[in-house]
Amino acid sequence: MGSRASSLLRDEEIEEIKKETGFSHSQITRLYSRFTSLDKGENGTLSREDFQRIPELAINPLGDRIINAFFPEGEDQVNFRGFMRTLAHFRPIEDNEKSKDQNGPEPLNSRSNKLHFAFRLYDLDKDDKISRDELLQVLRMMVGVNISDEQLGSIADRTIQEADQDGDSAISFTEFVKVLEKVDVEQKMSIRFLH
Amino acid sequence: MEDLLFVAAKVMSVWLTVGFTLIVLPSVFGASLGISEVYMRILVKTLEWATIRIQKGVRQEQAMALKNSSSSGIIQRDETTMEKEIAGLHRVDFELSDVFYFSKKGIEAIVEDEVTQRFSSEELVSWNLLTRTNVNFQYISLRLTVVWVLGVLIRYCFLLPLRVTLAAIGIVSMIVGTTLVGQLPNSSAKDWLSELVHLTCSRILVRALSGTITYHNKENRPQKGGICVANHTSPIDVLILTNDGCYAMVGQAHGGLMGLIQRSTVKACPHVWFERSEMKDRHLVTKRLRDHIADKNKLPILIFPEGTCINNTSVMMFKKGSFEIGGTIYPVAIKYDPQFGDAFWNSSKYDIVSYLLRIMTSWAIVCNVWYMPPMVREEGEDAVQFANRVKSAIAHQGGLTELSWDGGLKRAKVKDTFKEQQQKNYSKMIVGNGSTGNPSMGAESN
Repeated sequence: MGSRASSLLRDEEIEEIKKETGFSHSQITRLYSRFTSLDKGENGTLSREDFQRIPELAINPLGDRIINAFFPEGEDQVNFRGFMRTLAHFRPIEDNEKSKDQNGPEPLNSRSNKLHFAFRLYDLDKDDKISRDELLQVLRMMVGVNISDEQLGSIADRTIQEADQDGDSAISFTEFVKVLEKVDVEQKMSIRFLH
Repeated sequence: MEDLLFVAAKVMSVWLTVGFTLIVLPSVFGASLGISEVYMRILVKTLEWATIRIQKGVRQEQAMALKNSSSSGIIQRDETTMEKEIAGLHRVDFELSDVFYFSKKGIEAIVEDEVTQRFSSEELVSWNLLTRTNVNFQYISLRLTVVWVLGVLIRYCFLLPLRVTLAAIGIVSMIVGTTLVGQLPNSSAKDWLSELVHLTCSRILVRALSGTITYHNKENRPQKGGICVANHTSPIDVLILTNDGCYAMVGQAHGGLMGLIQRSTVKACPHVWFERSEMKDRHLVTKRLRDHIADKNKLPILIFPEGTCINNTSVMMFKKGSFEIGGTIYPVAIKYDPQFGDAFWNSSKYDIVSYLLRIMTSWAIVCNVWYMPPMVREEGEDAVQFANRVKSAIAHQGGLTELSWDGGLKRAKVKDTFKEQQQKNYSKMIVGNGSTGNPSMGAESN
């Protein structure tokens, strides 16, 4: 019984997460039970291995990059709060959220934050630039052994050439946003969470 | 002190006598005194009452949450393929936005995936008055709490000792009975006695779990010389099936008590136990099973082709081995009613003893067994296709979700080939169908 009691979320905690992420009360409790079922170490945090145990994620060519997005620099554990913060990027943007975000901090699921999530998948060394080398490495993850080095190299060159505006042969976040200007990011980077 | 011992012995003997006359004797003849039926009726009524109380007690919001979590899940997925999501939108080429597809799929899998949730207990629609199944138990009403306490007392102080006694009687008579029968020379009388012992003991053991089993379509019961395949939720599946007819079991030889039971039963009945080392030799396994079914006088073989316990909501990949042997396949679908107790054995979390204790302190094991029309491999069908056909039939009959994933993922990691397949599909998309591809890579095999 003791373990059961401590595994419950406190109401204050739910309120804080609600405020920060925009998830509803019942979404938070359901995601919490998902979190605890992934937490095989039963220590209230998830490790990279906990994520890798999900087969559908393990077969995802970018699985490791996505997992990495949950872990802040230098850490190898993520708690429920951090878990929810990353998931919140994928909440759809609701109509009432579009208007009111002028004041307070920008919501995690804004277009810009969604783009930033994608940007960081490419930005391996976190210097806020996607270099040719980084782009090549991520491309290699996505295509495996199926495409030759030369061909992948020309894909990377073309991509950078198209995006690069300041001539540093790398893609900055601003340039990244510009390239994806016409893409329906709101829809493509959103998951339909049930209420 | 001696008085105390005397009293204890007295109580013990009364307990055993009552248990023997009321449960063991009827088991021998396969009769029922109707006690369990009455118990089940009271149980169903109590749980209905509790459900209504809970619905009244909880706030609207939580009731909604309960309803939602039971009916669906956390998210709703768009059923799109990689081709549609990526290639449908831009010319054949790589675009920076291609990672959106992989991100979305990845996060969806983190929030909810098809596989891992099948290896943990299923969630219930309403609370069944067992503490462990309730995720967010809160004080609802005094009456409900009183009923819950009563339930705990009944389950732990009355049912548990009774069930442990019965289980002990069942196991001991299984070992002694089959050993004795095993001394007889091979004859039809021996087979008959062996079946009697198996049936009687499994009836006792099923009663030790307060099992209420409904068998459907008995005309399709597996026949001698055939192979019975069933979906697998728990080790007690074996008891559930043996309760209605004998099978030759196939499996790995164990040590300990399990090993003792295996060694004694094999003397009376042609079960097939493999040593761990033999298990790896697929040809040997297939050959021994083939020899078995070639003899039309031998009992049907019972196989669980999933190879691991799944949580009673779905059927996972059937390993093709059992479908390569040939002969007639008798599919059987087993579905437990989770309301009375969770039959799923989460073997990575609980060992067999604590699993059995959980089962014996649950309300009951209620389950449906469907015997399905026999199936044979069709011409031009390979073992994998046949296995999938049988799997679909079982899933459909039992109302279970059909998954193509391998149940072995409970312990092992996914094979790299699955990821390579994804990479291959994606590569095809960004370099086009062989037009610009490097022919030496051999990626574009149309």
